[in-house]
Formats: sequence, structure tokens, C-alpha cells
Amino acid sequence: MSTDNVTFTNAAGSEEADDYAGSYDTTEGRVYNVSGGDWGTIAGAPDGEHDRIVVNMGPQHPSTHGVLRLILEIDGETVTEARAGIGYLHTGIEKNMEFRSWVQGVTFVTRMDYLTPMFNEVAYCLAIEKALGITDQIPERASVIRVMMMELNRISSHLVALATGGMELGALTAMEFGFRERELVLDIFEMVTGLRMNSAYIRPGGVAQDLPADGEQKIRDTLPLLRKRLKDTADLLVDNAIWMGRTVDIGYLDLAGCMALGITGPVLRSTGLPHDLRKSQPYCGYENYEFDVITKTSCDVYGRFLIRIEEMEQSLRIVEQALDKLKPGPVMIEDKKIAWPAQLSIGSDGQGNSPEHIKEIMSESMEALIHHFKLVTEGFRVPAGQVYVGIESPKGELGCHIVSSGGTRPYRVHFRDPSFTNLQAVAAMSEGSMISDIIAAVASIDPVMGGVDR
Amino acid sequence: MTDAHHPAVPQGVEELDIIGVRHGAFGAADGGDTSGFGGLVDPIVMPAPAIRPFGGWFDEVSDELELALQAGGLPATEAIEKVVIYKDEITYHVRREHLLAFVTMLRDEPGLRFEMCLGVNGVHYPGETGRELHAVYHFLSITHNRRVRVEVSVADGDAVIPSIVAVYPTCDWHERETWDFFGIVFDGHPALTRIMMPDDWPGHPQRKDYPLGGIPVEFKGGTIPPADQRRSYN
Amino acid sequence: MGLEESLPSGVLLTTVEKFAGYARKGSLWPATFGLACCAIEMMAAGGPRFDIARYGMEVFRASPRQADLMIVAGRVSQKMAPVVRQIYDQMPNPKWVIAMGVCSSSGGMFNNYAIVQGVDHIVPVDIYLPGCPPRPEMLFDAILKLHDKIQDTKIGANRREEVAELEAVALTAPTTLELKGLMR
Repeated sequence: MSTDNVTFTNAAGSEEADDYAGSYDTTEGRVYNVSGGDWGTIAGAPDGEHDRIVVNMGPQHPSTHGVLRLILEIDGETVTEARAGIGYLHTGIEKNMEFRSWVQGVTFVTRMDYLTPMFNEVAYCLAIEKALGITDQIPERASVIRVMMMELNRISSHLVALATGGMELGALTAMEFGFRERELVLDIFEMVTGLRMNSAYIRPGGVAQDLPADGEQKIRDTLPLLRKRLKDTADLLVDNAIWMGRTVDIGYLDLAGCMALGITGPVLRSTGLPHDLRKSQPYCGYENYEFDVITKTSCDVYGRFLIRIEEMEQSLRIVEQALDKLKPGPVMIEDKKIAWPAQLSIGSDGQGNSPEHIKEIMSESMEALIHHFKLVTEGFRVPAGQVYVGIESPKGELGCHIVSSGGTRPYRVHFRDPSFTNLQAVAAMSEGSMISDIIAAVASIDPVMGGVDR
Repeated sequence: MTDAHHPAVPQGVEELDIIGVRHGAFGAADGGDTSGFGGLVDPIVMPAPAIRPFGGWFDEVSDELELALQAGGLPATEAIEKVVIYKDEITYHVRREHLLAFVTMLRDEPGLRFEMCLGVNGVHYPGETGRELHAVYHFLSITHNRRVRVEVSVADGDAVIPSIVAVYPTCDWHERETWDFFGIVFDGHPALTRIMMPDDWPGHPQRKDYPLGGIPVEFKGGTIPPADQRRSYN
Repeated sequence: MGLEESLPSGVLLTTVEKFAGYARKGSLWPATFGLACCAIEMMAAGGPRFDIARYGMEVFRASPRQADLMIVAGRVSQKMAPVVRQIYDQMPNPKWVIAMGVCSSSGGMFNNYAIVQGVDHIVPVDIYLPGCPPRPEMLFDAILKLHDKIQDTKIGANRREEVAELEAVALTAPTTLELKGLMR
């Protein structure tokens, strides 16, 4: 069967000559002979010109840290261009908040960077308190509790960073360890706030409710266990040859690059600059705590990983100091026009109630009822103006910019999320390296897409 | 900001930064306000411009800026529209033509050294005719441990601001986001495309004239409209 | 699908259904589809304390081609919606969907322009799991209910009958608005 001048009828019914699928009719139908080894006869193949291969990683991908889309132009295994496509988790939180009262905004804000809900809430509440001018009137106990919750959240966020970073690079045990340790912190959160995540605990004026009676002791008991377990996690990966092989000298971004790209957080501290807002522009009483700012000079993924591990240890130190600083007192501001009305506690029926408060507003004082009602439904008014507050979240500088028009609803709230800015560094960190190095670089930036997209 | 636009401002009062007028005390827009305060008309006034001396390190920074601008051949009164100091924060309202020179000085002058730009974001004031869209920039100086804010106002039909990506590359995505949400075009940006919304999305969602876009929630026998259409009293 | 599709209705078919249901629910492999906060609780469910591996589900398949179950964990934005649908389409039958969390069940607290008000606008959902975020134990409850549902899935002729019945009911079903009665 010669492959020359054979014809076949294509779908349209006309005949064409096909050099590679000569065919002939049989009683059973048409039979095609597909032959190979004829690449030499393919006409017009361009020589030496490389096609651009553009590979799309994500948004659904196990290793891209959430719904991040990485668009890579690759040449073999080397990445020549890397771009990040974001917006797959855009929720319109900032616009939503314009239609809710200031306190209701806390529930929205807490879901932005969902691994660090306490930090989102603190940034927002500090901004509102600054705009109201009540920053000095926040009770000390509330500030101490805020610091404690923030540092515990820093530990849980770094644990997820290590866990997911490890998982993405193949160290699955790190994932299990990280989430096991995180459960200890989440137990504390659940005990104090009622929820494991996204608790809307920190409200303008203080915190929503006080620690339970045995809360302090339970936290104290958890800390040594946490310290030991963190050491176990660290022992798994620090000085581990495979881990170092994947992370040393990967994702290099020096100080100039960081400053140009506006990077803050562990990535900036891995270049050697000890920039930490808790030290340079303290808030919530951070100036009274003793802790070190961890920096490394290697500017690579391994350095950032070490920084996160050591920052967790420093956070444990701060939590211990916070526990020692706890003195009995109110946890909400005294000003009744701003303070969230009820101090909840578990009642005899298992529901959260505040029996004294309910007794007062329902049985004793009509004015108290009206006051409670107006405060909860209408909310307080924040004077017109704009305010910006920046705090040091585990990922970098989390800034909250609020614009008030004097009303009970925010006019505009914008969050300067650290992950959003830090993610711009993906291109700088990974162009020229291999595809697997991008995963390591993104894991070291630790972006949380809820914060990136808001 | 004259009396013709805002009849609530009495005669003879200096120019106030009024961004709108509030009608009624409790925000009920559908006539449901029976409190008696429904007829209240109140201008919404943003903090007034500050006059020298500002106090604290604000004077130092402003002097440096003025000197630097002067040296660059740009009188400070031309570049800076006004300075607002509110709650210990200083905001420079800069004219858009001089924005690039201004931020270059912020970054380069030794006395200023605002190395880190924390991004741009927009605010839409539909009540402030001629200056509806504001782009707000925050800067942090790590060397001097200071923060300033720079604000640029443009009118709705002519919302073009020079891009500062050449000076602060970090503003790349921030400017894209501001374009996406407010429609402010940043002139000179390398790739001004949508970043959060899908690429073919019409409109700019965070403007005040863009609806919240929710759907009514169905219950048995009734619906609750989305948050921007609900009857509300705050 | 196979031979079982052509079995006539009867004892043989019901036995095959039971066996197939048991096999399918025993090793349901989820696709990695964590979007937001619920994804973290889903990962915690895979962690050592809650341990989804006791149901044989710890292998979160990256490729939808190898997955049976899509747990849509988190808020689905307008930009992500076509991706959800594409991943769902890439999954081979039989496949199930759990809408984890209120955001994927109904849009949650985000009733606005950016969020799809319920992933059932895009893919058919088998189990709706409310919570913001639902605890890992709640996720397990949903998975166990799904296991029951899978165990009782009909095959072949029985399935065709069932589908016809469900369709007839659904075509005449009143909307939530028209329903009367108390809260439940």
C-alpha cells in the first residue's frame, strides 16, 4: 500500500491527498494506514525558533497557597517571566462595610486575612479609636488581652505558613505538625472568644468579653507544651539537608529590592533590616514588652523560614509577659456611648447572656434599654476625617485607612494588606529560577489570598 | 463650596472642605423618620486646612519639602494645595501635575527619606463637585520613623493622575486596583489593567454610584433586600 | 457506565447498588478546592486532631480527574466561578459536591457584586454545610451524611426512575417565598 497519491474523503465530502493517513476502502468501511517516522517530510517546520511556552499554575492548584494564579513563561525548566494573577477571592469587603455600622465592620474585616483575624480586627479598631480620639481610654486589660491574642495569632499564622510551605515543597509531616500545634492555639481562641477563627472579638473600645475564670491558667498550661512542640517542628526542618537544598539561596530578594517593592514583614527582615512596627511605632502597649526583632541576612527562603520559627518563640515570650501583666479590670472603654453594651457569660441555660445587663435594661431602666438599642442598631458616630493605622501583622505591615463622614457607617475603609504588596515580589524572586523554586518563593512570601483580594 | 452649592453653610464662613450634605438625623432616606429630626440639613465637613506652625516634626518635614520644591524650581504653593493635620497625621494635598516631582523629593531628600510607599487607594466623594476622585498615598520613613499622607484630587470626567511606579515600583498593583475600583487612570503605568475584577467587568465597583449588587434574600413569605436597599436608620 | 447500567430492576440490582455504594463511599477522594477561611478548617480536618484519613479521604487530589468529591470551601467570587465550573466538569462521574460554609451555600454574609450567591448557581450541590467557618467536626458530619447519601444511590434502571420522579417533583415545587409555615 503506497502512501503516495492516495486520497480520502473528508467530512465535507471532498477528496484530499493525505501523506500520513493513506486509506483504502474495504467491505467493512474505510481503513486508514497511519505511518510514522515521516518527520523529515513535514514541510515548513521552523528551525531554531523557540515557541514561547506559557504555563498557567492555578487558581486551583495544591501548591499555590490559595487561589493564586501564576502565569509563567518557561524555557525548559527555567522560568523566564512570572506574573501573578489575583482577584479570584475578591469579596468586596471594603464596599460592604460602607453599608454597615462601625462595629459590624469588625465581622467583615476579620475575614480578610483569615489566618490573622485578630490583626485585622486590631488594625481596624485602632483606626476607629484614633479617629474617635479614645486611644488613651482603652482599658489596660483590654490592651493586654489584645496583645496576647495577637501574639497567639502570630504563632498560629506562622504555623500555617510553615505547614503549607512544607506541604508545598513535599514535607508533608511539617503540615501535620503545624496543624497539630495550631490546634493548641485554636483551643485557646475558642475558650476566650467562642470561635476558632474569625471571631469578631476585638471591638472598638476594647474586647468583646473578658477571659473566662480559668482562662489565664489554661493559657499558662498550654505554653510549655506549645514551646516543646514548636521545637519539634523546628527540629524537623532546620538544618535538614533536603529542606536546605530546596530553600537556601532560593527566592533571593535583597534590601534594595524589598524597599523598591514595598515589602515588609519577614521578607524584609530576611535582608537584615530590623524593621518591626511593634518596636518603631508601638501600639497597644508593645513598648512595655521585651522581645527581639528577628533578622537574618541571607535574603532567601531559608532565612525567612528561620525568622518565622524564631518569631514564634518571641511571641511565646510576649504571651508570657502579657499573662503576667493581666490585672483585674474592665475590658471595654468606660464611655458608655461607645462601649459595646453587654459583657457576655455563659448562663445556666448554656446560652451566652449577661444577666445583670439584661436585668437592668429589661426591668429597671427604660432609658438603658433605649440606649442599648440605639447603640447596637445605630451605633456610635465617628467624627469626619481620615485616619491611617499600621500594625505589624505576621506577613508585614497591615494598614487600615478609614475615612469617616461623621456618620455611623464608614465612608470608606481601605486595608493596606501586606500580602497584596508582598506578592508583587513573585516576579523579582523567581524569574531565572526553576518552576519548583517559584513554589518555595511564594511559600516564603506567605500570601493569604483573602487579604490580597479582600 | 460656595453658598450656592451648599445652602447649609452660612454667609461669610471661610471655605470649608464640604464633601456632602446630610439630610435627617438618622439616615432614613425613605421618609420613615418619625423622630422629628427628619428635616435636618447638615453639611459634612472634613477637617480644615492647617496653618503654620504645624507643631512637632510636621514643620521640619514641611520646611524640607518647601526647600526641595524650591530647589527644583517649583514653588510650594503651586504644588501643595493645602495641608491638613488631623489626629496627629499630616496630609499634603498635592496637585496632580506636580505629583511625580513631589514624591521623588519625598523619596530622595535626606531630611525626608520616605523610602516606603504603602500604596495608593481611592476615595470617591460624589458631593465634592470638581474634585470627586481622590487618590490617597501613604508613605513611611523608616530612617526617621515618620508617616505622611499625600492626596491628589481629580474631577470625575478627567480622572487622570501621573503614575508614580517609576519612583515607587510598589504602587504597581495598588494603582491597578485603584483603576479597577474607581476609574482613576494612572498615566505612565506600565500595564494598567483590572486586577481584582474579571478583565471584562463593566464599571468601577467601589465608586459611590455603583450599587452594592446584592440580591434579595428569600424567606418564607418575605424577602429582605440587600444592604444598600434596606430600610435603615443609621 | 458499565454492565450494571443494563441490569434490570430487582434484587440483583439492589445488591449491586449496596456494594457499589459501599465501595464509593469508602474511599471518597476530595479535590483540593479550598478557597478561603473554610479551606483552613478543611486543612485542619486533614490535620492530626480531626484526621479525615479515618474516612480514607486524606488524599486531597490535586487533579480533578482523580477526585470524586469537590468540597467547595470558601467564598466563590465572580472571577472564580468559571474555574469552579471547569474543575467540576473535569471530574469524572460519579462525583459529589459539598458546599462548605455559608459563603458557598448561599453567599454568606457577602451579599454583593463580587460573590456568587451560592455555588449551586454553578454546580449541583449534594450537601450544604453552614458555618462561618464550620468546625472540622461539622465537616465530618456533612461527609458522613454524604456517605449515607452515596450508600443509598441508585444505579441503572432504578436511578433513571428516581431521576424522573425527582424532576417531576422539582418542576412543581414552590419557591421559598411561597412556602408557608414556621421557621423550619
